[in-house]
Amino acid sequence: MTTLRHGFGKWITSGPPLVFLVAFFAVPTLIMVLASFRTPGEFGGLAPLRNEDGSLDLTLESYVRFATEPLYWQIFVKSFWYALVTTLACLVLAYPVASLIAQSDRRWRSLLLLLVILPFWSNFLIRIYAWMIILGPNAALARAVNGVLGAFGAEPVPLLFSAFAVLVCLVYVHLPFMVLPLYANLEKHDRTLLDAAQDLGANAWQRFWRITFPLSLPGVYAGAALVFIPAFGIFAIPDILGGPNDSLIGNVIKQQFLDSRDWPFGSVLSIVLTLLALALAGLAAWIGKRGVARLASGHA
Amino acid sequence: MPRRRGRRARYVLWAAALFAYAFLYLPLAIVVAYSFNDSRLNAEWVGFTLDWYRKLANNGDMLLAAGNSLMIAASASAVSTVLGTMAGIAMHRYRLPFLSILVLAPIAIPEILMGVALLIFFVMINFTLGLVSVAIAHIAFCIGFVAIVVRSRLAGMDESLVEAARDLGATPWQAFIHVTLPLIMPGVIAGALMAFTLSIDDFVITFFTAGAGTVTLPLQIYSMIKIAVTPEVNAVSTLLMLLTLLLIVIASKLSPSFLRGAEDIEEKR
Repeated sequence: MTTLRHGFGKWITSGPPLVFLVAFFAVPTLIMVLASFRTPGEFGGLAPLRNEDGSLDLTLESYVRFATEPLYWQIFVKSFWYALVTTLACLVLAYPVASLIAQSDRRWRSLLLLLVILPFWSNFLIRIYAWMIILGPNAALARAVNGVLGAFGAEPVPLLFSAFAVLVCLVYVHLPFMVLPLYANLEKHDRTLLDAAQDLGANAWQRFWRITFPLSLPGVYAGAALVFIPAFGIFAIPDILGGPNDSLIGNVIKQQFLDSRDWPFGSVLSIVLTLLALALAGLAAWIGKRGVARLASGHA
Repeated sequence: MPRRRGRRARYVLWAAALFAYAFLYLPLAIVVAYSFNDSRLNAEWVGFTLDWYRKLANNGDMLLAAGNSLMIAASASAVSTVLGTMAGIAMHRYRLPFLSILVLAPIAIPEILMGVALLIFFVMINFTLGLVSVAIAHIAFCIGFVAIVVRSRLAGMDESLVEAARDLGATPWQAFIHVTLPLIMPGVIAGALMAFTLSIDDFVITFFTAGAGTVTLPLQIYSMIKIAVTPEVNAVSTLLMLLTLLLIVIASKLSPSFLRGAEDIEEKR
């Protein structure tokens, strides 16, 4: 009887979400994978499933196109660099914040943490728009920068619609993703290790570089994965803040679906993007774990 | 009592952290300030005005978009809260690797993939793109967030209470309604508010699943800032920030795990 009840509870709780997610997540994803093997339709979308001779419309054409046109690889490489620079900049900015929160009094911790998370909950487009204002040609920052450049006889530079604008906003939007896992890690550190190091004559820098940082590596890699994946596939930020040369892979995918209407090729790009992002995140997780194992066995 | 370590290192830490906090808040503060600025250019402070809010109140497109966003967010958060709570309970009680993957994958993969996949799917099954397709898409990615909050709440719950209720003759359904549900309720409500916020803020997935005729607030803001920067966008942004802030404060009061993750609950046990 108990086992029957047990099975019933399992079925009733997991059934509805399972059915919904299969129908509206798993099936659409599979259909997209299938679409990547099809021919684009004459007016967008997909060509009919049956060719004129009755055979199935299945082809590797889009994959061949992707493999043979270096342009798309170059955009992937460019997106990789943007995401990597974003991840490193987030790490540098997030580390002091996360350590400060971890070291502060328990009463203040939730408030300091809340302050990091709050901007993340404000609308994504509003946060991009804010940088349109700050970097705008008439705003104080652009005038100051170009004033200094002018004093040295250099040509004025536009801040908006540039790689700089895209990178600053990428860092801005993803910073909380780095702070949270770093904090979760730093908070667990055993403070007596630092006392011991100090007694043995280590200065502040040595204590950080030889003890705190190696111990925080799992948090660093977790944060890196959380920043890198969304930054790699971003399309709104380069779309709004970037210049014509700042198109990243997300923009190209958007173009394939909404402008050129080449769904099979857009699907190929989306699949490659997802596989690359997951592979890199998996790599980060693996390195993080290995780092912990090495620390645990005393080889760090 | 922790001992005092390198005073200079502490100053550097504080300075760097203050810089990061300023970096996070200054842009939003500027958006809010310029929403009250008596100038069409978002360049320098001229004087105080409420004109942009008045203009907003008369902007039919914006009001329509706001109505659509609220409708989608209300229905998406209602459905995803029910489904996400079920998923959270199922993931806590039983070993269901397939369900866990399906629930968490929409959070882990690049957003654009989900937008694109749903676009192809809806067009292929001849489902008209519009409010309903957007709401379905939002439910699909909100389930995971609700499930995570509910599961972390369950992880902090004393399982013996349910066992006690069952020993005293409660049916599994009664034990759920009278014991489990009241205990996880703060997590459920926090998850619902989180889903509401995520839905009302979503841009990427909405962009692909809305079709040509349907506009939500983020889509409307997008088309406005693609054309020109206007303080009306500042005004609508300020109002949207206030709404989000309110929802988040309520959610974090109801479920501390909402902010801190499951670790703290584990610690308290």
